[in-house]
Amino acid sequence: MATMGATYDLARFGAERPSFSPRQSDMLLVMGTIAKKMGPVLKQVYIQMAEPRWVIAVGACASSGGIFDTYSVLQGIDEVIPVDVYVPGCPPRPEAILDGVMRLQDIVRSESLRRRDTEEYKALLESYGIHKHG
Amino acid sequence: MAKLDNQTLIGALQDQFGDEISGGEEPFGLLTIETSKEKILAVLRFLKTNKSLQFIYLTDITAVHYPTQPLGMAVVYHVHSLVHNVRIRVKVFLDEVKPEIPSATVLWNGANWMERETYDFFGVVFTGHPDLRRILNVDEMEVFPMRKEYPLEDPNRVDKKDFFFGR
Amino acid sequence: MNDLKSNITANRLVFDDNDPQDELVTLNLGPTHPATHGVFQNVLQIDGERIVSGISTIGYIHRAFEKIAEHRPYYQITPLTDRLNYCSSPINNMGWHMTVEKLLGIEIPKRVQYMRVIIMELARIADHIICNGILGVDTGAFSGFLYVMQEREFIYEIFEEICGARLTTNIGRIGGFERDFNEIAFAKIKEFIKRYPPILAEFEDLFNRNRIFIDRTSGVAAVDPETALNYSWSGPILRATGVDYDVRVNEPYSSYEDFDFDVPVGENGDVYDRYMVRNEEMRQSIRIIAQAMEKLEKEPKGLFHADVPEFYLPPKEMVYNNMEALIYHFKIVMGEIDTPKTEVYHAVEGANGELGFYLISDGGRSPYRLHFRRPSFVNYQMYAPMSGGMLLSDAIINMSSLNVIAGELDA
Repeated sequence: MATMGATYDLARFGAERPSFSPRQSDMLLVMGTIAKKMGPVLKQVYIQMAEPRWVIAVGACASSGGIFDTYSVLQGIDEVIPVDVYVPGCPPRPEAILDGVMRLQDIVRSESLRRRDTEEYKALLESYGIHKHG
Repeated sequence: MAKLDNQTLIGALQDQFGDEISGGEEPFGLLTIETSKEKILAVLRFLKTNKSLQFIYLTDITAVHYPTQPLGMAVVYHVHSLVHNVRIRVKVFLDEVKPEIPSATVLWNGANWMERETYDFFGVVFTGHPDLRRILNVDEMEVFPMRKEYPLEDPNRVDKKDFFFGR
Repeated sequence: MNDLKSNITANRLVFDDNDPQDELVTLNLGPTHPATHGVFQNVLQIDGERIVSGISTIGYIHRAFEKIAEHRPYYQITPLTDRLNYCSSPINNMGWHMTVEKLLGIEIPKRVQYMRVIIMELARIADHIICNGILGVDTGAFSGFLYVMQEREFIYEIFEEICGARLTTNIGRIGGFERDFNEIAFAKIKEFIKRYPPILAEFEDLFNRNRIFIDRTSGVAAVDPETALNYSWSGPILRATGVDYDVRVNEPYSSYEDFDFDVPVGENGDVYDRYMVRNEEMRQSIRIIAQAMEKLEKEPKGLFHADVPEFYLPPKEMVYNNMEALIYHFKIVMGEIDTPKTEVYHAVEGANGELGFYLISDGGRSPYRLHFRRPSFVNYQMYAPMSGGMLLSDAIINMSSLNVIAGELDA
């Protein structure tokens, strides 16, 4: 929240409109601990996003489970969805989140236009159980 | 109103219930009594409705698992009298294999989710609860995680190699 | 409810049996909320704009704090308590330290207690800023939130000066603090006392007598005191209904009895009253901080922890040079210190209500059982029964005025 506030302004980097609907957004920021109960919901939100879509795992708990090595916490969201950028920290400083968004912008700039059609990408999504419908 | 101290309180309880309550220690000034599951609703109702006691605020319901004791599951109620500013703790010891106890939702609506949480973690069945199901854990879970025999980490985890962790 | 439906069908032509006007819509106010309230789900059945019934589901961020606490020594549980109510984490830390100090029978010097009071009141202001700011955002007014978020950034700077972290602070140790507040921290606190009241006044100018805000919030979700007490409510929402129950006044801890402050109480328990109670509490917190700063002038400088070598780690120079300090350091870290085998319940006034810690110790390094009495959890259980019969927009405002923090809800 502080990242979107006035001091560390995320809007400078192009994220002016935090869209509350996954169907209209390009980037998904997953913040905080994801419990096993939340895993299917997260997958559903990811499936609702339209290509091209990118995911940033913000925080130690989203990246790898963090300090919570328990029966109820998903040890990293890359068990349910593919992730592009991991931002460490617990909680990450706003500057770190901005750095993560900038790295994602580098990835977007250097990505090939046909990446989403390659066999490798399709195999990646299949390994998560996300089937592309045409 | 006269200040309600622990002596008067335990006296009033013993006058009403005799030897169905026991205990009576005061760790850090908080009177702790024990009773049985048949009498717990009567004790709580007496505490709540008696005009001179007025313990109308239910602070918390939780449970503790003592696997080494014969009656291994203790359900703990914390009740608070706002008028006199006095707290009391009531414990009920239950058998740990099939713990059952009447629900306090007949007295306080606020006991609803507290009892659901206790059921979710320990498996204590509150008879008479309107909607006893899991609240914090996944609905399909079959075990009760806070019991002492259940481990902290996920038992089905495959990627954490024991060799590297010195186990 | 039935009158509404029969009015509708009486004034228009009757269509076939599958008339959609008679069906109830199931709306999933899902775990991924648009506003940053947290992850909890409400499945509502609505008839037009009016809610008929609802079911709440929580547990989407359940991290099993109580189970983890059984495997950690006392000083390692502090970062766990941070993440309960992460908007005001110093209050959780201080509450935990006070519980352990009560168990171990440690006497804290007055100066440390006043420092703790300053930190806790700053955290309370931070939490109320978020709650009232987000309440404004939910009614559609975004600018007020931005004005007061800047002040929250300033509080973050104060915390960073004292302990190094902004949000999940891990402030303090069992027995006091890890280091004294330095000059910069004191200067910033003095500046905060001066600069915050005008900004709060500006924020109130935007909302207090705003016709739209009053229409949105006044009379919405009014609760009477008996129902609130029956549902074990506590904190600002209980005080908005008229019951003046404040743990700081009833069971003063950390020398709150030395301070002179009022407890604001509302009248009808609706959303407007809750908003006003929180604003007034922020003003009283500023008053308490100013008094604490004055009292600190009179205390001996440089004292920041109690003299308990068995539980408070000695400074590193002494550990390397002094045999006794080395032994104490070893015993504390390895957990060889004996703790009394008893149980304790200690409550502090969190930003949302009575935050209680029930600790049972078996003499070892970790607690045998630790239970957090979380105010958001207990306050939220009334939400689904309360929202029956409300308009959908009123239910959203009601949820944000209850100030449910997901970390505290699920623990």
